[in-house]
Amino acid sequence: MIEAINLTKKFSTRGGSVFGGKDFVAVDNVSFSVKKGEIFAFLGPNGAGKSTTIKMLTTLLKPTAGEIVINGVDPTKEQDKARKSFGIVFQDPSLDDDLTAWENMEFHGVLYGIPKKERRKKIEELLNFVELWDRKNSLVKEFSGGMKRRLEIARGLMHEPEVIFLDEPTIGLDPQTRNSMWNYLLNLNKEKQITIFFTTHYMEEAEKMAQRIAIIDHGKIIAGGTAEELKQQTKKTSLEEAFLELTGKVIREEEVGSTEIMRQHRRMWRR
Amino acid sequence: MNILYILWLRQIKKYFRSKARIIGSLGQPLLFLVALGFGLGPVYQKAGGGNYLEFLVPGIVAMSIIFTAIFSGIEIIWDKQFGFLKETLVAPVSRLKIMFGRTLGGATVATLQGLIVMGLSFFLGFKLVNWWSFPLALLFMVLIALLFTALGTALASVLNDMQGFQLIINFLIMPLFFLSGALFPLANLPTAISIATRIDPLTYGVDGLRGALINGAHIGMGLDLLILSLVTLLFIGVGSYLFTRIEI
Repeated sequence: MIEAINLTKKFSTRGGSVFGGKDFVAVDNVSFSVKKGEIFAFLGPNGAGKSTTIKMLTTLLKPTAGEIVINGVDPTKEQDKARKSFGIVFQDPSLDDDLTAWENMEFHGVLYGIPKKERRKKIEELLNFVELWDRKNSLVKEFSGGMKRRLEIARGLMHEPEVIFLDEPTIGLDPQTRNSMWNYLLNLNKEKQITIFFTTHYMEEAEKMAQRIAIIDHGKIIAGGTAEELKQQTKKTSLEEAFLELTGKVIREEEVGSTEIMRQHRRMWRR
Repeated sequence: MNILYILWLRQIKKYFRSKARIIGSLGQPLLFLVALGFGLGPVYQKAGGGNYLEFLVPGIVAMSIIFTAIFSGIEIIWDKQFGFLKETLVAPVSRLKIMFGRTLGGATVATLQGLIVMGLSFFLGFKLVNWWSFPLALLFMVLIALLFTALGTALASVLNDMQGFQLIINFLIMPLFFLSGALFPLANLPTAISIATRIDPLTYGVDGLRGALINGAHIGMGLDLLILSLVTLLFIGVGSYLFTRIEI
C-alpha cells in the first residue's frame, strides 16, 4: 500500500553546499512498507525525520532521492492521482476557523471534485459519524480541540481515501477525546480496510493501536516490527522502555525553527 | 472554474464575517482624509492647488486598497503552518489554480474596501466629476488590488515567519504609498523624488484613479492603464512562480 525505497531528503542550509553551507540530511536512506488495511505507527524523537517523511509521502516535499509508491502510484510523478488516494490530518490544525464545519467540508469536496449530490450526502454521513452534525452551522473557531480533530478526520475521509496519514493526531487531546477518536479510526479500519499511518509521542497509544511499528532516529530507521518484537529485541517490558533503549535517553535539543516560534505566538493569541 | 469560485467565495465570506476588521481598517484612511484633507486644505488652496480633499480621495482610496491587498497576500505566511493553505496544497488541484483563486478573492476584498472608503468620502464632501467614468475608476481599483495581492503572495511565498513583516511594512508598503503621489501632486517635484515616483507602480494607479474620479491625471490615463496592466501581469507571473515553489 505504501512503499518507501531508499527515501532521502537533504536540506541545504544557507547558500547550500556549494557556498560553504552544510547539507542537513533529514531523512537518510529510509525504506519501509505498509500493507493494505494495516495500522502502522511511525515513532521517533523530535527532529528524527517523521514529519519530513510524511511530507514526502503526501507530495508536500520532493524527495532528494529514493522512491515512493502509494496505492500503486508514484506521488512525485502522478501527483493528483496520488493525492486522491490519501487523506491527511496534519500536526497543526488546517481548518478554516472563520468558516462553519459544513463549509469546511463543502470546500474539501469541491477541491477533490466530488459531484454535488454525492458531496452533500457524504458530508451528512461523515458529520454524523464524528457526531458533529448538530454543530454543522457553527463556526470552527467555536469548537474545542477535540471537535476540531474530529472534523479534520471527517474531512480527510470525505474523498474515500485508501490511506489516511495522521501526524501526531492526539497531541493536546484529553483521554476521553483520544479514546473516542481512536474508536472511530479502528472502526473505519475494520469496516473499510483503510490503511492508517500515524506518528505519535504516546508509546501506549502506539503499543495499543499499531499492528506494526517503525522507529526512526537521526533520519534512519533503527528498528521495526510489532510492539512485541521490539520489546523482545530490547528485552524490555514496555514499548516506552524499548523506545528509550533504542533511541537513548538524551533529550533532543532541537534548534528552535520559525515554525516553533509561530506555534508559540499562536498559543499566546488564540487560547 | 468551480474550484476558482470556491476559493474566491471563501475569502468573500471571511471578509463579511469579520465586521470588526472591516471597521478597524477604515480608521486609518478616514483619519488621513479628515486630518490631512481638512488640515492641509487651506494651505493647498492658497498655493493655487484647488480643493485638497478632492485631490486626496483617490490617493487614500488607493492606500486602503494596497494595504488590504498586501495583507491578504502576506496571510499566506501564517496560513502555511496554521491554516487552510496546507489543506489546499495536498488537494488534487494545481498550484496555479490555488494562486489565482486566492488572488482573485484577495483583490475583490481589497477593491470592496476601496469602494467603502470612497463611499465614506462622499460624506466629507467629495464629488465625482461625472458618473460615467466610474467604471474606469473601478478598473484602476481592480488593477491596483490585483497587483498588490500578487506582490503580497510573492513575498509570503519566500518568507518563512512573521519576522520580516515589520520590514515589509516600513521599507516596502510605506515607501510605495508615500512616493506614489497619493498625498502630493506629481508636478514640479525635485528630480530625485520625481524619479522615485515614476519607479513606484502605485503612482500609475493613483494617477489613473485621479483621472477617472476628478479628471486630474498628471501622466495621462492611457499610459497609466498600460503601465499598470503590464506591471500587474508581471507581478501575477512572479507571484505564481514563487507560489508554485512553496515547500512547507
